[in-house]
Amino acid sequence: MQYLPNMIFAIILIIAIGFFVKNVKKLIRNIKLGLDVDVSDNKSQRLRNMTMIAFGQSKMVRRPIAGFLHAIVYVGFIVINIEVIEIIIDGLFGTHRVFAFLGTFYDVLIGSFEVFALLVLVAVIVFWIRRNIIKLKRFWKNEMTSWPKNDANYILYFEMVLMCLFLIMNAVDQTIQIMPGTPENHYVEAGSYPISQFLVPLFQGFNFESAVIVERAAWWLHIVGILIFLNYLYYSKHLHILLAFPNTYFGSLKPKGQVNNLEAVTKEVKMMMDPSVDPFAAAPEGAEEEVPAKFGASDVQDLSWVQLLSAYTCTECGRCTSSCPANLTGKKLSPRKVMMDTRDRLEEVGKNIDANNGVFKDDGKQLLGDYISHEELWACTTCNACVEECPISINPLSIILEMRRYLVMEQSAAPSELNNMMSNIENNGAPWPYNQMDRLNWKNE
Amino acid sequence: MSDELKVPTMADYMAEGKQPEVLFWVGSAGSFDDRAKKITKAFVKILNKANVDFAVLGTEESCTGDVAKRAGNEFLFQMQALMNIEVLNAYEVKKIVTCDPHSFNCLKNEYPSLGGNYEVVHHTQFIQDLIASGRLEVEGELYKGKRITFHDPCYLGRANNEYDAPRTVLESTKANIVEMKRHKLNALCCGAGGAQMFKEPEKGDMDINVLRTEDALKTKPNIIATGCPYCNTMMTDGIKAKEKEKDVAVLDIAELIANNENL
Repeated sequence: MQYLPNMIFAIILIIAIGFFVKNVKKLIRNIKLGLDVDVSDNKSQRLRNMTMIAFGQSKMVRRPIAGFLHAIVYVGFIVINIEVIEIIIDGLFGTHRVFAFLGTFYDVLIGSFEVFALLVLVAVIVFWIRRNIIKLKRFWKNEMTSWPKNDANYILYFEMVLMCLFLIMNAVDQTIQIMPGTPENHYVEAGSYPISQFLVPLFQGFNFESAVIVERAAWWLHIVGILIFLNYLYYSKHLHILLAFPNTYFGSLKPKGQVNNLEAVTKEVKMMMDPSVDPFAAAPEGAEEEVPAKFGASDVQDLSWVQLLSAYTCTECGRCTSSCPANLTGKKLSPRKVMMDTRDRLEEVGKNIDANNGVFKDDGKQLLGDYISHEELWACTTCNACVEECPISINPLSIILEMRRYLVMEQSAAPSELNNMMSNIENNGAPWPYNQMDRLNWKNE
Repeated sequence: MSDELKVPTMADYMAEGKQPEVLFWVGSAGSFDDRAKKITKAFVKILNKANVDFAVLGTEESCTGDVAKRAGNEFLFQMQALMNIEVLNAYEVKKIVTCDPHSFNCLKNEYPSLGGNYEVVHHTQFIQDLIASGRLEVEGELYKGKRITFHDPCYLGRANNEYDAPRTVLESTKANIVEMKRHKLNALCCGAGGAQMFKEPEKGDMDINVLRTEDALKTKPNIIATGCPYCNTMMTDGIKAKEKEKDVAVLDIAELIANNENL
């Protein structure tokens, strides 16, 4: 019976990690539904971007208040997770504060965990106030329906509870450590407790047994909470804590103004312009029957896997939308919604595949129209403000342009004024109905 | 006032067996839009004044296809691009300057993979170089102390990270440069990009150019400086909508320099 807690701990740990791995596999499978794109170039530049933007948070600080608070939570998260290693070892082997032998170094570690726990707690409370009391505009836009709002708050509650449990656990632990006549002292005297020492008076009246119960309860709730939080990630915008790294690594290295040239189009246009090509010639022997390419994107499978990765990475902070000129002037377009829609549709497609033995069964829906409307797409000025703003290198504009391509090249569904503009270019080489032969007339006017 | 504009074409140069130092890509707006034509002429005056050996394609120039690409018509864009590249390569063009950031971006970033490799510069960069190399001296004091705010064009700024050249050129006039709250990286679009210039805006509370004009008016400017023919149109319309056309002028940087030097 002595090993029962260890066994329970091991089982919980295996279930939690197993479930997480299962979801990560699903995540990777869904992302791979996207088209292939070569991002194997410039490894050192990509590594530098990831280090600066994701690890170094270089773009977060463009909004100083949010950037500063986020940095606290981010560093706190990383630092306090070192403690999780100790908790897991203790849990598996029935030890208590297994790293206590580190002595002064251990005191420094625990001390800094405590300081960060408090800072994180304060930062998270400020975040909650910004969302729910101050009601910062970008957290209350149309696409922030009930789930995105709740999701954001659940994450904050999770973090508040975890930080409180950590501090309570330490407070009771040090009470027990110094209890006179503690039998078979399992609770070694170790650690420094700059924050939780102030909570000690709360537990002064406790006898050994009840103190241990509180300590154990806090310990178990803390680690189980962390494991639940780990598994919550997949269902939440909080996935950014993992995906920000690959997303900044695979993010575009080109100037923001550069839009890719579709190779399939180049081939066709070159053929059209080449007088020596015989359009009726039979395909050369042995040549594969070419599948007619689809131009642009109407659903998630037409986007690249990097764009799909970005959709899962988006943490709905809304910096993009709050800087979008279309959104600022009351148009329907919101770059954040484009990313959320892409993710939601991708999840729907993934569930469809799960339900149909690994094959996607047409559900009569698609990203274009069912999620993102034409009106949203045609409101974009391609100004790149959203791309510039994103703290983790997401490019909503690239998705908007792919969908415009589909509308125009597959459906001829551009607004009529744009059709006029395009036929002008086709007929006389300018977006207005002027003759190309008059192009130099300005010289003599 | 200066004499007649000297605007040789690439064909003229070819006939003489010579190469100009730079090709001036006038662009569709610069060729046909009445407001933009003034910018084109102002820039030519600067080129003439600095004795720059330049040429235009004239009737051999055609739309870059940029606006078609942003509207989603990749076919039309690539047709335009490949036709233009054929002409440019036939003339062995090495360097291109243009007053339109959209042409600038398109020629610079999107033509290379289709076979068009040129050094492409925006006219504000070109003017900056002329000043720096001493080929153009800015001596006038027309704008000395005047409050000028510069509206960053998206396709020069965010798209290609050029924020300094237009400001450096403006500084040469000894004007008092005042920045809008949203500027450089954070600049707000004028509302014309992404083919919006050629369509009515989608439904909303207000027009983007009016919002941007409000940004500019908060700096209490005498002049709003632009570096893009489309931004110029949008800001001019915004100023009209705010009934400020008597107090605030909207001028391209090329016009400011040409006026300043009384060209």
